[in-house]
Amino acid sequence: MPTLFDKVWDAHVVTEVPGGNQVLYIDKHLIHEVTSPQAFNGLRERGIPILRRDRIVATADHNVPTKDQDKPIAEPLSRKQVNMLTSNCEEFGVELYGLGHPYQGIVHVIGPELGITRPGITMVCGDSHTSTHGAFGAIAFGIGTSQVEQVMATQCVLMSKPKSMRITVDGDLQPGVTAKDLILYVISQLGTGGGTGHFVEYAGTAIKGLSMEGRMTICNMSIEMGARGGLIAPDETTFEYIRGREFAPEGEEWEAAVEYWRTLPSDPDARFDTEYTFRGEDIPPMITYGTNPGMGMGIKETIPTKSEIHGDATLKKAMEYMGLELGNQMEGMPIDYVFIGSCTNSRVEDLRLAAALVKGKQIHENITGIVVPGSQQVAKQAIAEGLDRVFTDAGFEFRGAGCSACLGMNEDKIPAGRYCVSTSNRNFEGRQGPGARTILASPLTAAAAAVAGKLVDVRELI
Amino acid sequence: MQAFKKLTSTAVPLPIEDIDTDQIIPARFLKATTRDGFGDNLFRDWRYDKLEHPRPDFVLNNPTYSGEILVAGANFGCGSSREHAAWALADYGFRAVVSSYFADIFRGNALNNGLLPLIVSPEVLDETFRTIEASPAARFTIDLEAQTFTNEETGTVVKFEIDEYKKTCMINGYDDIDFLLSQREKIEAYEENRVDFSL
Ligand code: SF4
Repeated sequence: MPTLFDKVWDAHVVTEVPGGNQVLYIDKHLIHEVTSPQAFNGLRERGIPILRRDRIVATADHNVPTKDQDKPIAEPLSRKQVNMLTSNCEEFGVELYGLGHPYQGIVHVIGPELGITRPGITMVCGDSHTSTHGAFGAIAFGIGTSQVEQVMATQCVLMSKPKSMRITVDGDLQPGVTAKDLILYVISQLGTGGGTGHFVEYAGTAIKGLSMEGRMTICNMSIEMGARGGLIAPDETTFEYIRGREFAPEGEEWEAAVEYWRTLPSDPDARFDTEYTFRGEDIPPMITYGTNPGMGMGIKETIPTKSEIHGDATLKKAMEYMGLELGNQMEGMPIDYVFIGSCTNSRVEDLRLAAALVKGKQIHENITGIVVPGSQQVAKQAIAEGLDRVFTDAGFEFRGAGCSACLGMNEDKIPAGRYCVSTSNRNFEGRQGPGARTILASPLTAAAAAVAGKLVDVRELI
Repeated sequence: MQAFKKLTSTAVPLPIEDIDTDQIIPARFLKATTRDGFGDNLFRDWRYDKLEHPRPDFVLNNPTYSGEILVAGANFGCGSSREHAAWALADYGFRAVVSSYFADIFRGNALNNGLLPLIVSPEVLDETFRTIEASPAARFTIDLEAQTFTNEETGTVVKFEIDEYKKTCMINGYDDIDFLLSQREKIEAYEENRVDFSL
């Protein structure tokens, strides 16, 4: 009666340590420029090499500009950090998809699209949204820099086995409601700490009906309810997505892999430590009103005046920061910026969805809109389909690949006091730049807001 | 890693829930390539206004409160995996953070840096906040060996939980990498004997 999580976890335990910790073998390690320099320094100081170079892939994403990517980075500290990734990868023999490489992009977008992310594997990255890769039925989670160094040195982490949770969503989603709305809804019900200590398996017909892109959006945001990671059972949708990708297995190896992957789903009588059930029909298009992803509500709802999850002081602080009032409605509220991008919603399917809505229209004159594809490959595909033109004709900017305005680190920031409807995953204070006010939403709701210049119910447009 | 055995100190209260790592250390300060100096930017946007003036209403700018223990609302350290958050707290001079629970990645990062994430019940957390509010000079003792947290003002002593292995590491200042390196033979044996569809 093991769960999917048990099967993958147990297959990777090297040894048990007295006290309950386990040495867990890591199949794939993704690294980027921000959380790796101190780990490379650590290896150098200890005089140890990387144990398995074929299990590590690097890219530059957080701290890169999304304009003029062919020129040297203007900002000196950013340039130094990105150059350091290049020199570290050269010194230690790590494969790097750096700026200018056709595979460069947000680390959680490139892993799946290259066929590196697969069912049944363990995967880590010094980035909390590593949970994204769980959409394939992998155990994928974010780690700190000390652990990045540990994995480089030993291909293992030391951890106690997390608890298991299952979130079942059955039924159909309303038209205009996407995977992003589904996960924002779940987080609004459970709060940002609701998943702490757990790995979450998402199940049910509403989940099974999602594309791989939608599943990645769901698993991506698992961390926003505090879960270590999320997983979805691999099925035909998963196999079809992986088949034929750059590094996917081929021939007999492919057949053997698929046969193994089919054994992974949780047994019918599998037991979970915690279970929640939701109905797909109940989920509206979602927006956030506050300063964490748990502060979300349906587009037609009013900001709650009391909450079981957030204390009064926390709510009050959030309202002050956001310039909003408890009890107010947000539908119809004017906004200033629209950002379509990030590892949550920057895959080609997301861009198609947004493009279909803006096609032939103009974004509102008060809106600055930017679309940032998650990777060079996404950008290439979008251009091949003419999506870039749809966006630029409508008045959006279409940029080069990277994390961009998701995190207020690179050049792309939202000015203080301005409202940005963003398809990213975090609305923390200052996340998109000091003083920036973020409203999280789906690519459809973001595109609709860009056209209307205000928050609208996308169900009324389609 | 700095060893941690016993600590008696006053405490700094931050009674806000869900304090995320973007508040502890904003992303724009993550461009550094070493582990040093992050303390200056700890809680940067809560500590300083747009003109870089200290905000008098923020607790770290209030001379009434000081100490090596930070007491914070539930779910401290949620959000990003940035270990820079733990580095910033430690660099500023905190040696322990007390809360009713911590986000998982932050807790691991803190432990790997000799910063003790100490979990107490919501009731004890409330009492701790009340004590500090009533007497900012109140002292608290953390005894890691005995796993006790003592409110010296009220005399309340509570036990706290910590993983045995992690406790030993904290007390001796060891980090996981030394242990993992010692497991090399087992790791290689595992690699020899497994089914692997990851490469
Ligand atoms: S897009 Fe945003 S959330 Fe995703 S990896 Fe980049 S910074 Fe992190």
